[in-house]
Amino acid sequence: MHSRKPFFIFVALLFISGITASIYRSIEHNVPFFPGEQVQSWSVEAKVMFNGINKPAEASLSLPQDPAFDVLAENATSAGYGLNISEGDDRRAVWSIREASGGQSLYYRVTLVPTGQLKVDADEEPATPEPYLWQVTERGAAEQIINQVWERSASNISYAQQLMDVINNSNQSQNLALLLSVNSRTQLFLQMLQSKGVPAKQVSGLMLEDQRRRQQLNPYVQVYQDGEWILFDVENNKQGRPDNLVLWQHNGMSVLDVIGGSNSQVNFSMLQETRSALATSIDMMMNTDSLDFSLYQLPLEEQSTFKGILLIPIGVLVVVFLRVIIGIKTSGTFMPVLIALAFIQTTLLTGLIGFLLIVAFGLMIRSYLSQLNLLLISRISAVIIVVIFIIGLFTLISYKLGLSEGLTITFFPMIILAWTIERMSILWEEEGPKSVFMSGGGSLFVATLAYLAMSNSWIQHWVFNFLGIHLVILALVLVMGQYTGYRLTELKRFKPLAEEK
Amino acid sequence: MKNYAWPWELRRNGVLNMNKRNIDYIGKYNQRKFYKRVDDKLITKQLALANDIAVPDLIGVVEEQHKINEIPQMVLGRTGFVIKPAKGSGGKGILVITHVENGRYYKPNGDEVTPNEVYRHVSNILSGLFSLGGIPDVGLVEGLIEFDPVFDGFSYEGVPDIRLIVFKGYPVMGMLRCSTAASDGKANLHQGAVGVGLDIATGKSLYAVQFDKPVLTHPDTNYELSQIQVPNWDVLLHTASSAYEMCELGYLGTDMVLDKVRGPLLLELNARPGLAIQTANGKGILGRLKHVEGLKGPTLSVEERVAYAKKHFCSNPNF
Repeated sequence: MHSRKPFFIFVALLFISGITASIYRSIEHNVPFFPGEQVQSWSVEAKVMFNGINKPAEASLSLPQDPAFDVLAENATSAGYGLNISEGDDRRAVWSIREASGGQSLYYRVTLVPTGQLKVDADEEPATPEPYLWQVTERGAAEQIINQVWERSASNISYAQQLMDVINNSNQSQNLALLLSVNSRTQLFLQMLQSKGVPAKQVSGLMLEDQRRRQQLNPYVQVYQDGEWILFDVENNKQGRPDNLVLWQHNGMSVLDVIGGSNSQVNFSMLQETRSALATSIDMMMNTDSLDFSLYQLPLEEQSTFKGILLIPIGVLVVVFLRVIIGIKTSGTFMPVLIALAFIQTTLLTGLIGFLLIVAFGLMIRSYLSQLNLLLISRISAVIIVVIFIIGLFTLISYKLGLSEGLTITFFPMIILAWTIERMSILWEEEGPKSVFMSGGGSLFVATLAYLAMSNSWIQHWVFNFLGIHLVILALVLVMGQYTGYRLTELKRFKPLAEEK
Repeated sequence: MKNYAWPWELRRNGVLNMNKRNIDYIGKYNQRKFYKRVDDKLITKQLALANDIAVPDLIGVVEEQHKINEIPQMVLGRTGFVIKPAKGSGGKGILVITHVENGRYYKPNGDEVTPNEVYRHVSNILSGLFSLGGIPDVGLVEGLIEFDPVFDGFSYEGVPDIRLIVFKGYPVMGMLRCSTAASDGKANLHQGAVGVGLDIATGKSLYAVQFDKPVLTHPDTNYELSQIQVPNWDVLLHTASSAYEMCELGYLGTDMVLDKVRGPLLLELNARPGLAIQTANGKGILGRLKHVEGLKGPTLSVEERVAYAKKHFCSNPNF
């Protein structure tokens, strides 16, 4: 007998790749694992204001670029202005107009979605900065502090930590007081870092707080160590970045440049919004034109078709489980799955009643047909036509009675129903009504369980959004195909054989 | 849990289950290409005749609709006949006519069957109603078997047939299936026929069940089931064992009946025999299957295999 090892390796591979693909999807595209999940997003509006001086004006605003936030949607509108958004390392929006006079207001709106990725990695090691040249009056005091702190530190970060502590120390030395009288804390911090050749840069960040208006960007300092930029908030004596901070400008350029205007300023207002996590990740995928395999790229009609088709593996899994592990008998192998698919359209109760009505009426008509001595093919064809009549009749009656549920009866697969009626009728003739109820009941029971699984909103969410799940189902079906153990019903059936001999 | 056995209890007693039968025996020992030798009764019959195995005589084959009209001509002068689909399964679609009188047909229970009904029945057979997967089929018209009266009283409205499981040519387990009023004259255990386990060594009854429950007497006739001794037992074993060479299926069910004149006749072969034989014997079959699987050496002759089976698979009555 050949080894089963390759088979189990294959199944394990299917299983692992299915799980991996699903996890990848959830991490890479933020597709939520649960359908109702919500995410917080931020709607930020930057308002640029300046006074025009009757000349051509050009305003250039740097745009946020931060791995901790994805841009879901952005737009910049201002009447009469030409707009150009330059991509690249330094994303900027540039508004231009031939002549501007009086107060000008330009708006940039962006919706940001937190990604949770707070670390800022450096692609390449930054060059050691040129030592800062101190003013003659400051040099002595600065060097004294720098050297003291440098002695006590071990790395870029510990040096920066110690420096920040010293700068914010409430018992300031005279040296420090002198330096702070001409420099801001942030500036001083940056200069002192650069004096020792520590790569550091000033960045501008915006603290996100719900319903805040007229906010300004705050200065922060990023210090480089081991491939990562670590954020220092010197003004508030804090290290590390809070998750509600957006880095708006991070490569040392200005935030706002206005040519041909005066009194320019930019302020921000923001609003927290709650969106469906799924809708958000779909929008993100659409935005980035990602080539990843996603059914959302299909037209809506095909999408909804696929939503139905992708439920079939779940129904099949249920049928395989109930037949192989439990041992329930059904009439027709996958008839229950098709009935369950119809139930999804009709809802369970209407579906069950409709199914029973159609089959019962069908059996009555069929018992008449059986007296006519027809060939099998024409008899089944006659049953199909009669089934259509029955469905039409029920639909009409329920419409007249105002029962809208009855209208969904048209979703039953008619050929399947006709075959079911034919099989049950033969079963009735050969083995009696009991067998008909047993096999019909078994099929409906399996169909109901399959329906419950297929109509579960979590499962519907998973099978459509995580296509890897289908590899897992395939693996499970294959494994069950190798199950040589007792079925649950066999434990009852063979009970008399269990006694100790 | 009173009605359920623990899986390890069944495993300890060597009870074969459906999944294991499908994968480890049917899937492993029955080659797909040989299936048609047992699934098509016409081919089985031809093979059996070529191998000198006795079968019910073939009156005719109905392959086309218009040939149905020839049936009365075919059965002219016979007291009874049987119409069955060549590719039927589980005894479906078998029409037994035990009595022909003035061109009118009667079933074993005395009900009349009109020519119209016969016509429709054969038409259904040809359309594939009873065949696996609904493929078109042919109808076989066979001579009625003159049943050996030895089983009179052990069966109601039908005759018992003898099922033997033959594994790699060794008869490993046997049972007699007696129809009852509950089974409507049919020999299927799930429909209520009585299953009587038979000793491989002697052909004597060992145990009997109806609906999986032990019974001592036939429910309709009250005959003692412990008194059964199948005659011509060695011929039966020999026929079943030689069916292995004939159809080359490792795991095989043989169904035979006893004809008054001709002795054991091979009725049909089954590549997927059911598991009820274990219940009828009150014993799991797995031990015997493993025993045969463990046999090494050259393939033995039919006689040697039968002798080996009689020696190793004998049992004590369990009434």
